[in-house]
Amino acid sequence: MIQYVLLISRQGKVRLTKWYSPYSQKERSKIIRELSGVILTRGPKLCNFVDWKGFKVVYKRYASLYFCMCIHQDDNELEVLEIIHHFVEILDRYFGSVCELDLIFNFHKAYYILDELLIAGELQESSKKTIARLIAAQDSLVETAKEEAGSLSNIIAQATK
Amino acid sequence: MALSGMRGLSVFISDVRNCQNKEVERVRVDKELGNIRTRFKNEKGLTPYEKKKYVWKMLYIYMLGYDVDFGHMEAVSLISAPKYPEKQVGYIVTSCLLNENHDFLRLVINAVRNDIIGRNETFQCLGLTMIAISYSETFRLESMPTSSFTEKKVGNIGGREFSESLAPDVQKLLISSSCRPLVRKKAALCLLRLYRKNPDVVNVDGWSDRMTQLLDERDMGVLTAVMSLLVALVSNNYDAYWSCLPKCVKILERLARNQDIPQEYTYYGIPSPWLQVKTMRALQYFPTIEDPNTRRSLFEVLQRILMGTDVVKNVNKNNASHAVLFEALALVMHLDAEKEMMSQCVALLGKFIAVREPNIRYLGLENMTRMLMVTDVHDIIKRHQAQIITSLKDPDISIRRRALDLLYGMCDVTNAKDIVEELLQYLSTADFAMREELALKAAILAEKFAPDLSWYVDVILQLIDKAGDFVSDDIWFRVVQFVTNNEDLQPYAAVKAREYLDKPALHETMVKVSAYILGEYSHLLTRRPGCSPKEIFSIVHEKLPTVSSTTVPILLSTYAKILMHTQPPDQELQDHIWAIFNKYESCIDVEIQQRASALIKKAEDTEVDTAEQSAIKSRAALQQSSNALVVTDQPPSNGSLPVGQLSLVKMPSISSNADANSADQGLTEANGALSRVDPQPPTPSPDLLGDLLGPLAIEAPPNAALPSEQSSISGLEYDPNSVDALALAPLDDLTNSVQPIGNIAERFHALCLKDSGVLYEDPYIQIGVKAEWRMHHGRLVLFLGNKSTSPLLSVQALILPPSHLKIELSLVPDTIPPRAQVQIPLEVVNLRPSRDVSVLDFSYKFGSTMVNAKLRLPAVLSKFLQPISVSSEEFFPQWRSLSGPPLKLQEVIRGVKPLSLLEMSNLFNSYRLMVSPGLDPNPNNLVASTTFYSESTQAMLCLIRVETDPSDRTQLRMTVASGDPTLTLELKEFIKEQLVNIPMAVPALSSIPQQPQSTFPVGLTDPGAMLSGLL
Repeated sequence: MIQYVLLISRQGKVRLTKWYSPYSQKERSKIIRELSGVILTRGPKLCNFVDWKGFKVVYKRYASLYFCMCIHQDDNELEVLEIIHHFVEILDRYFGSVCELDLIFNFHKAYYILDELLIAGELQESSKKTIARLIAAQDSLVETAKEEAGSLSNIIAQATK
Repeated sequence: MALSGMRGLSVFISDVRNCQNKEVERVRVDKELGNIRTRFKNEKGLTPYEKKKYVWKMLYIYMLGYDVDFGHMEAVSLISAPKYPEKQVGYIVTSCLLNENHDFLRLVINAVRNDIIGRNETFQCLGLTMIAISYSETFRLESMPTSSFTEKKVGNIGGREFSESLAPDVQKLLISSSCRPLVRKKAALCLLRLYRKNPDVVNVDGWSDRMTQLLDERDMGVLTAVMSLLVALVSNNYDAYWSCLPKCVKILERLARNQDIPQEYTYYGIPSPWLQVKTMRALQYFPTIEDPNTRRSLFEVLQRILMGTDVVKNVNKNNASHAVLFEALALVMHLDAEKEMMSQCVALLGKFIAVREPNIRYLGLENMTRMLMVTDVHDIIKRHQAQIITSLKDPDISIRRRALDLLYGMCDVTNAKDIVEELLQYLSTADFAMREELALKAAILAEKFAPDLSWYVDVILQLIDKAGDFVSDDIWFRVVQFVTNNEDLQPYAAVKAREYLDKPALHETMVKVSAYILGEYSHLLTRRPGCSPKEIFSIVHEKLPTVSSTTVPILLSTYAKILMHTQPPDQELQDHIWAIFNKYESCIDVEIQQRASALIKKAEDTEVDTAEQSAIKSRAALQQSSNALVVTDQPPSNGSLPVGQLSLVKMPSISSNADANSADQGLTEANGALSRVDPQPPTPSPDLLGDLLGPLAIEAPPNAALPSEQSSISGLEYDPNSVDALALAPLDDLTNSVQPIGNIAERFHALCLKDSGVLYEDPYIQIGVKAEWRMHHGRLVLFLGNKSTSPLLSVQALILPPSHLKIELSLVPDTIPPRAQVQIPLEVVNLRPSRDVSVLDFSYKFGSTMVNAKLRLPAVLSKFLQPISVSSEEFFPQWRSLSGPPLKLQEVIRGVKPLSLLEMSNLFNSYRLMVSPGLDPNPNNLVASTTFYSESTQAMLCLIRVETDPSDRTQLRMTVASGDPTLTLELKEFIKEQLVNIPMAVPALSSIPQQPQSTFPVGLTDPGAMLSGLL
């Protein structure tokens, strides 16, 4: 089971966090700080796993962004490493060659996508196509609502003129 | 620039991004929080769009790590909004933000429930996702208590009723044929979440059939989620799900043959690697596969995976295929069936640890270590030793760690020298983060597998020299103890200590050890150049200005000992040393002051001889205490030998040796057989010796026993352990010729706190235990290792389980071949709470000697505990709801070993009772919580409160509460036993103040106190 997901920039800035086990806000800050210290200083040709306080953190760097997932010691590391890549590919498909800025300004979109990929710390869907379809459906629901609201406010605006 | 679609949000994010440092960021964030607060106060004017925007800002701020303690109401209110866009935002923000504040959540419970049971599938998804994500935080306490609690309604917490009533709704969605996959896969994982927190929500009887049907699912997304659920279910109770096993094998076959897998569910050409991994994980929770057909099918699939996975260029494809491969390896190891496949696994792993790809190398090392634990593959793995040592020098610390674990695991008598020397070499360059572990591992291995004792001394001294900061006191006490107990070793150790003192910049621990050893044994070196008492004194004294106040007393004692060993007395040296004592008598450090004045007093009283006598006393006490030190990890093979008596036997030949003489006096003193030592200088006189030996003859056999003892053990001559065996020849008990090594009770206590270690050891056999505990199940493996070069015959093991444990013992072979190890797995099921202990009645025959040992098994109550932390909001309602006996019991306990509150917390935590600091407003109290698992009680929350009396640490009041009267009673008694009789393995004890010297022979078990109380 995945305990938490962290996206941290090369400068140590938090870009996204999701916690599947209970941690207080204080513990979270501590984890982010200490883990950044460990992972950001690791060289490029090392393995993607670090021991972490009785747990294991699987991480991978994409451009300036580190994707980290914390798992149990006897969980399958490579499986989780490919969940990370799977997530990145989905983000990439959604944003169209995703970059860090996309995630910074659309962190809420990243949350929606992550919620379609993982819940309860487990992989929910392994098809990129299915996730893309679900997110598109959500987006169109939001759009429709906006149009409705727009036309409604137009009507009201017209009527109260 | 990619924008959020909300201008205000984008501007804020952009501002935060542009902040040069943390302080500026905080100012900007505070400003924004102020702004949002004001806006929320005048809520009337807020449009849904604005509300959404501010709630997102709050989440962003919270994500950055700031506290957001308002606005929860606004986030929550969005959930009840009728429109999707608001609802969506409300759900996601609430699930991230509100994990510590479940009061607000109660407000939306009905809204969430309505969404889940409603007809709008998008809303259903939102509700399910939120429960699955935030469930653990929000409903943690409500879900903890189980069946017996339901009779006793716990307050009026809506959450619990909510979660209970919700589970059937979620189950319905999961099995519904009219629901679309997107809802059903969320329902599966939502149910998993509910189940993790409260296993009762899944009704096992009916549910296993449902699960079996669910495994026929065609939608791969749903099947993946269902498989995650199954893994959780079987990990807890595989017995109910046997019918799922063939289905899992079918799924695996289908995936492995790539039959009928939609293109979108292949990942880099591999049919859902995640589903493959999960399916194999589920299979690992079943102990065996009985049906031969299913078994054959599975092994075909596994064979295909093992043989058919090639290294390819594409990284992702490679990772995915190897994720599957490593899971298959784990499954093969678990099923451990055909030795043919096992050797294939080892071969594969051997290949992996040599590849350049760091991930594969890491996993190769890790899985090799796992393999060592499940099966005896030492010999094959040893072939890769050189390769593994290379990984110890890898630039990646993660890989170095795995290599260290593996080297530690594979070490035995044949390769100990090589491996330990590699570890020592690595120590000088190793990362700080690893040094302590490395030092400890090297010390343990050196002690466990030392081919000879001088090598052991070399290793430990090197260890102290290279990594003194990381060598715990235990380690240097051990080496001192070894030297004290092995006369042959003493001159060698003294030479080595003397050599180290010549080195510049010595670590303080090395100064301590060297000074101690030289004080005791430097007189054995007097004929060597540079080793006259004066020279030894001056080289030790050189170090005095550099050491800390804890070391000074050791040096002062050393001076006294040098003086007493100086024959004939050297007036000049004596004056010099007395002057030093006088100087330190006014030292500001109380410890040093006391030491100096004690030394002076003794010297004045009876000149040097009394100082000698007290030095001897402490040494004798060390010998007495040799058992006590054995608890530190792996005990040495000669831990408990009655050395004093051994030296007695040899004494006539060295009767001119003042030390041997004095050692006997000391021993006599320590044994209480002689209360006063002759104050005369030790003149070697046979008559005196005879007198001194008189009282001891009762305890030790006459000297004549020696030759026969030697001949009786001559059969062990070629045993690398023969040194130990010789030392062990039990002189004190001729009727039972085989004595255990180490203290059995202490070993048992140590194993109560950890899950692997040695249960029993004697010169011929070592019994190790490795245990895994999961809820009310336990799996122990006994490792019976024949240490000798002859077979052990008529091996028998019987378990005498108490009524509350169901223990299944596998077949025990009648014979253990020379130098072989056999493994005996034991399955333990905890039926109901009890602190009774099961006993292993073990016997074997070595030659014509029958050896029998009755050993307590460390399947104690605390093993079925799982620590759980509770907050004060959760604790107190529970605490109050359990009012009075028999569910809540209170007792004032007296005669408690005095512990500081911190030490007591450590003790509790080590028994898996999780202490929640600060929960009790009174700082002298301590509150702990844990979950107990047994078949009758299922998971049951237990709460403990201890009220201590700061003015009298030997008494306290303890209250224990749980939903089961027997559990409450048994747990209370169990904790009481630990408090009243704390086993020595608890490290917190080393800080207990030393006891007065007069109690040496009894009760003084702490080496730190022993050494610091030298005089």
